[in-house]
Amino acid sequence: MVDWKIILPIAKTHLFSKIKQTTIASLGVTFGIAAYITLVSFMTGLNEMLDGLVLNRTPHVHIYNEIKPTEKQPVDYLFGSENTMKIVHSVKPKLSQKKIYNALPLIKHLEENVDVKAAIPQVNTQIFYKSGSIDLGGTLSGIMPIKEADFFQFGDYVVSGSVKDLVKNENGILIGAGIAKNMSLDLGDRVQISTVNGDPFYLKVVGIYQSGIAEIDNIQSFVNLRTAQKMLQESSNYITDINVKMYEIDKSVELSKRIENQFNVTAIDVKTANAQFETGTNIRNIITYAVSITLLIVAGFGIYNILNMVIYEKMNDIAILKAIGFSGKDVQMIFMTQAVIIGFVGGVLGLIIGYMMARIIDQVPFETEALPTIKTFPVNFKILYYIIGFSFALISTFFAGYFPSQKAKKVDPIKIIRGQ
Amino acid sequence: MEKILEAKHIDKYFKKPNNFHVLKDINFFIKQGEFASIMGKSGCGKSTLLYILSTMDTEYSGELLIKNELVTGRSSNELARIRNKHIGFVFQFHYLLPEFSVLENVMIPAKKLGAYPLEQIRENAMKKMQKLGIEKLADKKAFNISGGEKQRVAIARALINDPLIIMGDEPTGNLDSYNSDKVFDEFRKLSTEQGLSLLVVTHDEDFAKNTDRIITMEDGKILNPI
Repeated sequence: MVDWKIILPIAKTHLFSKIKQTTIASLGVTFGIAAYITLVSFMTGLNEMLDGLVLNRTPHVHIYNEIKPTEKQPVDYLFGSENTMKIVHSVKPKLSQKKIYNALPLIKHLEENVDVKAAIPQVNTQIFYKSGSIDLGGTLSGIMPIKEADFFQFGDYVVSGSVKDLVKNENGILIGAGIAKNMSLDLGDRVQISTVNGDPFYLKVVGIYQSGIAEIDNIQSFVNLRTAQKMLQESSNYITDINVKMYEIDKSVELSKRIENQFNVTAIDVKTANAQFETGTNIRNIITYAVSITLLIVAGFGIYNILNMVIYEKMNDIAILKAIGFSGKDVQMIFMTQAVIIGFVGGVLGLIIGYMMARIIDQVPFETEALPTIKTFPVNFKILYYIIGFSFALISTFFAGYFPSQKAKKVDPIKIIRGQ
Repeated sequence: MEKILEAKHIDKYFKKPNNFHVLKDINFFIKQGEFASIMGKSGCGKSTLLYILSTMDTEYSGELLIKNELVTGRSSNELARIRNKHIGFVFQFHYLLPEFSVLENVMIPAKKLGAYPLEQIRENAMKKMQKLGIEKLADKKAFNISGGEKQRVAIARALINDPLIIMGDEPTGNLDSYNSDKVFDEFRKLSTEQGLSLLVVTHDEDFAKNTDRIITMEDGKILNPI
């Protein structure tokens, strides 16, 4: 049993009588924790932003009809799965429609799935932007603007004008920033586009879209879903793509496989489409933690050193405490308590300073062409990092205190008392 | 009279630097209220014996009994508790906790024992200090008082838990004759007025002469066991 009423005051007196050493030891922890908090807030903030760049506008599952050759050629039907060698020359892709068959019921089916946050239809088609005699190739997406904004942060990428303007205006177009610049278009201007069939349409520029990726901004524009269907002279069940957003991204693989098997469409999940992006995130996280842990370990050694010194200086105290009836464990607890108090005070200070640093970084302007919605450095203020940082402060000081205090526990009082 | 402390067949060897038989079959006891001193030349093993009797040194063979109870072989935690409750120490060098006030130094063993509430402990400590004439020092830091005062604080600390026996290792060795006499007088009073047993290792012949009994040691043996 540990008697805190007696151990705490002794630990406290030791700490206060060597206030300089105590301060330095605590500052070691403070520095480590503050650096950890600053680093992790900043790095994860950046990470989340970069992930967001990909994830926000990438559907978790993208469903469409892929133009490809039939997997099972007629000859396969003839010979079945027998061990025969079949050679078919110049296989051509199968002529099929671009639209997803029975798209509306499929959307309804998806939205009934509890894992699915939203399933949003799109009509994607090739178009030409016409300026006098010049034709510029591009792609046009017919979208449901409000839903895109709600589930895919579409609004973040509309740099002038707004999503609502598109909803209001059936002949409105959100034009890519690159194409707008190339064609000297601005809000309110009219742009002539034509479909692949050659039918011309006049649309009004109600907004400019900038994804930050030049290749997209140079070709991509958006209109209302219905407008796109009309341009293609199709009915309202003509849908070429369905973008699915899940509640949990991990379930997208399973869903895409199931949809593919069940509905005879192509379904690509985000993990397959963007395998490299997770690697980047993981590596950045590893670097963050490696640096933070190094800092905290250095701080831990500082505490270890200082406690070792304190214990050498307090040999007499240790001997006398043992002589008057303190057990080795009591003495150990006195020094452990000191270590943990140093960790606690240093840790709390570190959290505060780290938070302030994060706040400061959060105010630093950070403007880049690629990220139209970001005005300052992205910083993450998740409480979890503060809990981790504080736990680490306590754990590292615990171990830094454990070994020196173990020595104090084993001090032989007779040697000290007789040694003088 | 009850035996407060008894040693039976205690042997001890020093292994380092070379094997040395430092205590050879020690047999003796201290009765209640007895004021005994141990004398002998340097290296005869008298301090070694004292630390075995104090329970701090456990590397010996034989048996040690406190108040007729065997303490040999008990765990270090139990021994710490026995020291706390039954044994008071006074050393040659004063061994106070320097950063604590005099009052706190006196109170620490009682706080550790935890038999009384804090207020009661404080009152007891003040009483003990009054008896020793050091109550005015109560709030001073322990490193701030003179050698003679320190030794009296150490005595007050030794007394705080009303122990069975006070042990001293040259308690006057570092004091001038005036302060030595004062310390002796305190010990004498404790023995006659409160019936406390005392066992003091000393080089000081004047000090030893005035005790009830002188235990003389030579080459690890007691010359006059009874």
